[in-house]
This record gives sequence, structure tokens and C-alpha cells, in this order.
Amino acid sequence: MSEEKKNAKTVLRELQDRIAQDAWDAKKRGEKVGWCASNFPQEITTAMGISVVYPENMGAAVGAKGGGQRMCEHAEGLGYSADLCSYARINLAYTDLKECPELEIPFPDFLLCCNNICNCMIKWYENLALELDIPLILIDIPHLEEESCDADRVKYIRAQFDDCIARLEAITGKKMDYDRLREVMAISQRSSRAWLRAVGTMANVPSPFSGFDIFNNMAVACVGRGTVEAAEAFELLADEYEALAREGRSSFKGEEKYRILFEGIACWANLRTTYKALQSRGINLTATVYGPAFSFLYQNLDELMAAYALVPNCNCFERELELRVRDGLQNKVDGAVFHMNRSCKKWSGNLYEMERQFREKTGVPTVIFDGDQSDPRCFSEAQYETRIEALTEIMEAGKGAGRNG
Amino acid sequence: MDKVKEMLSELHSVCADPRAQLDAALARGRKAVGVLPYFCPEELVYAAGMLPFGLWGAEMQTSLSGRYYPAFTCSLLHTALEMGLRGQLAGLSAIMVPLCCDSLKCFGPNWKYGVGTVPVIDVAWAQNRKTEAGEEFTRARFRRVLGRLEEISGKTVSDGEIAEAVALYNENRAALRAFSAAAAAHPEAVSPLQRCEAMKAGYFMDRAAHTAKLRALTEALCSLPESPRRGLRIVTTGILADSPALLGILEDAGCTVADDQVAQESGFFRTDTPVTADPVVGLARRLGLAEGCSVLFDPGKERGRELVKLAKAAGADGVLWVMAKFCDPEEFDYVPVRRMLEEAGIPLLAVEYDQQTASFEQARSAIEAFAEMLRG
Repeated sequence: MSEEKKNAKTVLRELQDRIAQDAWDAKKRGEKVGWCASNFPQEITTAMGISVVYPENMGAAVGAKGGGQRMCEHAEGLGYSADLCSYARINLAYTDLKECPELEIPFPDFLLCCNNICNCMIKWYENLALELDIPLILIDIPHLEEESCDADRVKYIRAQFDDCIARLEAITGKKMDYDRLREVMAISQRSSRAWLRAVGTMANVPSPFSGFDIFNNMAVACVGRGTVEAAEAFELLADEYEALAREGRSSFKGEEKYRILFEGIACWANLRTTYKALQSRGINLTATVYGPAFSFLYQNLDELMAAYALVPNCNCFERELELRVRDGLQNKVDGAVFHMNRSCKKWSGNLYEMERQFREKTGVPTVIFDGDQSDPRCFSEAQYETRIEALTEIMEAGKGAGRNG
Repeated sequence: MDKVKEMLSELHSVCADPRAQLDAALARGRKAVGVLPYFCPEELVYAAGMLPFGLWGAEMQTSLSGRYYPAFTCSLLHTALEMGLRGQLAGLSAIMVPLCCDSLKCFGPNWKYGVGTVPVIDVAWAQNRKTEAGEEFTRARFRRVLGRLEEISGKTVSDGEIAEAVALYNENRAALRAFSAAAAAHPEAVSPLQRCEAMKAGYFMDRAAHTAKLRALTEALCSLPESPRRGLRIVTTGILADSPALLGILEDAGCTVADDQVAQESGFFRTDTPVTADPVVGLARRLGLAEGCSVLFDPGKERGRELVKLAKAAGADGVLWVMAKFCDPEEFDYVPVRRMLEEAGIPLLAVEYDQQTASFEQARSAIEAFAEMLRG
């Protein structure tokens, strides 16, 4: 009875907890469980009924719960450079310690890696495979040279997709049912469309929700979108946002004076600080690459292969820029905040140019701050405050000019 | 001995002023294409009648590249971009950029919007490199690269010409292997820096001319009487080990480079390109055969096993890891490879290095202490 009364936020949180619990239960039943890269084609494992957990999500959660620095320092003690990705350091520390008070995930029997977001994943997973002495399956998706995904890549990814299924069948003893795969693909499309509908409501003024919520909801979008429960949860979320938008209401606390694009991964260890500095000034996040760009739309298997090559950080620069500019303009941003994330060489390597061109093409002011996804040592609250203050002043001046002009 | 000195001096001059090689080629009407590491099909540039010109950065302070790359990007890419931004690479008809590490993926756009005048040829190759599908993907993309090179050179390249370039490059690799062995046997005649320069010069010279020079040098070395010196024998590993200061410290500490697993050095010459009916298939297959480089997908860390094997075969006293600062692939490899060396009882010293390093005192202390320890 209470099921019907739950809001989308609760449903999504419970679903996330259930997915995590499913992996523990599978492990207890003696089933093979995997560790999986966040942008690995989830259709394979979902269709085969194989439980996987996501070390990147663990990295984010441990960071958010305050364990990032301790775990990173442990990895550094093992010989890992402090310059490496903090998600990787947290996970490699966990692999060594076998415990983590903030969050534990079941240890894997195999590894599923995909480098469409970064090549750092490959090296991280190579080390895990060696430490844990378990098989590693890589679906290699080479970075795109052009705006579309070419036939060479589709063919190469497809061959790896098929090979992965065969290897997983051998490892887990579970067989791929291709009817079930088609079903999972259809459910994933349903989830993606609902996700797009939900994040699409950010174009309303005011946006019906606080954009930081996307950082929390994307975990399920990432890991569970092949399930009916996720599709229903995102449909509920979209319905709620649309209802708020129709009424001109918002779950954002306070008046939405300014709207910004936030570029990059959240600073999980400093989430409250980064959020508060914005919220207290009436700044709402209404555009992020985790919005429309974080969907996987396809009609058939070949298009599925291409969809995994068109994820953020795998695209050529011009398409990455276009995604942000379109999102920013559509969602009527007054400014943009760019996170120079110390962990991510890929995300940061073109960030200065991205920021310049975004500013030129949208005409809105921008600032860059230094931070990290899960290592709080790379974040300076004072610097962040100063940058946000400066951005607010420019946005205010711009609005004044707009009003006067 | 004078002949050896003279040839080493010539190769030193090439490395001291690579731009002179580029200018000479341009003056002869030959186009040139910049080639960034790693595993670009240079042979295709050569087959198209152009000079492949290695872009390995340079020891310099940067002032412009920071507008594009953050400070935590490796110095190789910072300084290579800086050279482009300062106009020091003007005259190149294009640059080839492999998309095989996260910072390299960002090089093309930074170059395009920063330098502008020299076009970028992206080079994608498969990380699942030992599979049929991977080889086919790499072959197809290398064919595409060839198409771009044909447009730039204005020349249609036949398979026969590619096969000739492959043979010429394999001869160069054989010459480099022979030189490496001769240099290791004659520390009295070839210092660590001279060894490196003789190899590195090949990235700026015509490969045929480089082969001829190396062969003559190796022949001269082999005619020398057996070396009276038996210093410490070191195997180096890393991306780059070409710092004159660092190699000078190694020489001062009485060390000889007995062999290497350095991307710039044996990363180029250890693995030949297989001869295949379609020569581009051979170029793709070489990627599947190569080992010992951190940018390659290496699920079993063959790199570590290879390093142990190299060190044992060279009778090495220890391994020096020249750790490229801000290089993710190297920093990840370090932990498991260090353990593999430990298990094999091979002493290791890691020295962090980047091309903007101004002071080497810390490295000097570490290398001297390491050498002392090895001498027991």
C-alpha cells in the first residue's frame, strides 16, 4: 500500500540499495559476481542475470562519506602516485585492505572494463586483475576522431561484445538469452527516454528541481537502467518534475535567481560545500553533461555499439562542446562553473579550451575551480567561494544590463 | 676510437638541434609530418615520401601550453604543445596523434585551437590488440591515416612502397638492436647519454641515413678491443630516459645502460613489423606483438616479466625506472612491476622526472646511493 505513496527520490534510493544488496545475495548464493566499469554495456550483464557492482560508484560514495582521503593515502602507501584517479586509489586501497567502513562491495570473480570514458580504467583494472588473480574482459572503445561513430568501430565493438558474452558464459555458467537481451534493450530505451524527459524539465524557469539531485540519481541511471523498476522510477521522477514545472514550483530551496551549467564530476568529498555556496546565492544547476548526454538511445545492436562510443569523454572535442552549448542554451543558463578535476586527465585536458569556447558560444560568464571527485586534499573552499562570488557578481551585472537595456 | 667519437658527435648534433634536420628536409622540398608517441605507423609517412619527425617534447620551461593543458599533464605533451605554440615546429605538413592515453586524446584539440596552422591526423588503434577484430580495426584505421597522408603529400602510395618502407624500418630496428648490444659491451666508448642520442637521432633523420650511420658506428665499436671497464650494468625503463643531466649522473656513478625498456628507445626497435601480403596488416599486427610499454593493454603485466627477463639477460645489477611525472599508465604499472622485480631479486630505483625539472640534486643523491648499494 505504501509503495504507491513513495516519491521518486525514495524509490530510486531503495532501488540503488536493492541493486547493491542483490550483488551481496548473489555472492552468498555462490554465484559469480563482477566489478564493472560505469559505462560498460550493462545490457550484457542485465540480460544474462549476472550481478555486478561498480567501483566508481564506491569511490564516489566513500568520498561523500568522508573516507576518500584515508583510502587514497593507503593506496599511496602501496606505491600509487597521489596524481592518479581518486576512485582508482580508493578501490585499490579497498582491494588491499579488504574492508572500508564507509561502504563495502562484494569482492569480484571477474572484471568488466570499458575505456569509453578514459584509458585510466584499463590500467586500474589490469592491476585489479593481477592483485585478485581473476579474469579481465575489456571492451575497448577507441576515442572518436569525428562527431559520429564509424563503421570500423561498430564492427570492432560488436566483435568484443560477442566475445564478452562467450567469456561470461564460460565464467559464470549462465547463458545469454537473446530474446531477453532484446527485452533489456527495450527496457533500457524506456529508462533512457524517461531520464531525458526528467532532465528535460530543467529548461523550465524555475527548474522544478535542484540540479545537484542529478548527481545522486545518475547512479541508478548508470547501473540499473535495464530493469523495469528503474524505468518505472525514472518515469515517476519525470512525472513529478513535470507536475512541479506545470505549477511553476521547484524543490530547489529558495528563489532560483541564477541558473548555471556545472561541468564535471561532483566533488563528492565537498558536496555540501560546493552545493551550499551556490544554493545560498540562489544559484541552481540547470545544465550538466549528465543530463541529455548521459542517455543511450538506439534501435538495434549496431546502434547500441555506437551509443557506447558516443558517451561523454569519448566524443571528439567539437561534439563534447556542442553537447554543453546546446544544453546550456536550451536550459537558459546565466553562467557556468567548470570543475578542473585533479583525478581526471581526460576531463581536464581540454577544460581550458572548453571553457573559452563555451563562453564565446553562449555569451555567459564562466569560472574554473580546482577540485577532485573524491580526494578532498585537492579542493580549496576559499578558492571555490571566491570563484562563485565572482561569477555571481558578473551574472548579477549581466542581469542588470539586461534589465536596463 | 676517433671514428667512434666522431660518429657519436654527429648523432649528438642531430639531437642538439632537431630543427636543423627538419629545415634541411624542407629545403630539399621534402614534406615532414610530426609523429607523437606511441605506435604511430611512421612507415606510412615514409612511404608517402615525407619525413616522419619525432615529437618527444624537449627540456624547456613552458609559458604558453598552460593555457591549454592543466599543470598536472605530463611534460612531454606540455613541451610538445609549447613548441608548436611558439612556432618552433612551423613547416610540418601535419602531426599524427595517437589516441592511446587520456592526455594524448586531448592533444589534438589543444593543438588545433592553439597552433591552428598544422593539421592533426588522429591515429586510433585497438587496445584489444591480440584479437582478430582488434587487428582488423587497427588495419582499417591505418588505411584511413594513409588516405590523409596521401592527401597531404599529393602522392598515391602503392602497397609496394609501403612494403619497402616496412623493410627499411625493420632494417633500422635491427641496426638499433645491434648498436644497443655493442654500446653495452663498450662503456669506455659510449656513455649512457651517447647511447641514447644515437638512438634518438633516428626520430629526426631519414631512417635510411640513420641505419647507415648506426651500422658504421656498430662496426667501429665491434672492432675495438674488449672493454677494460666493468662498471655497474643498469637496465632503464619508462617513457623517456633522454635527460642529459640524468644520464650524466648515471655515468658519473659508473653505470652503463646494458639494455632498456624505454618507450623512446627499445619501444621503437624491439619489435619488427611482420611482413604480410597487405603491408598495413603487418603494421597493425606489430601492435599485437609489442610488449613492455605501459600504454598497451597488458592484462598479465607482461611488461614486468619482460623487464625481469631483460635484466637477467643483460646481467644487470639493477633497474632504473625514469618515472614520467603525471603519466597515468606508468604510475599504475609501477606498483605491480616493482613487486615482480622484487620477487626476482632485482634491485630497483625509481626517479621521478619531467622535462621541466631544473634541479637534479635529489636524483643525483638517489642514483649515487643506489650505485653504492649495488656495489655492496
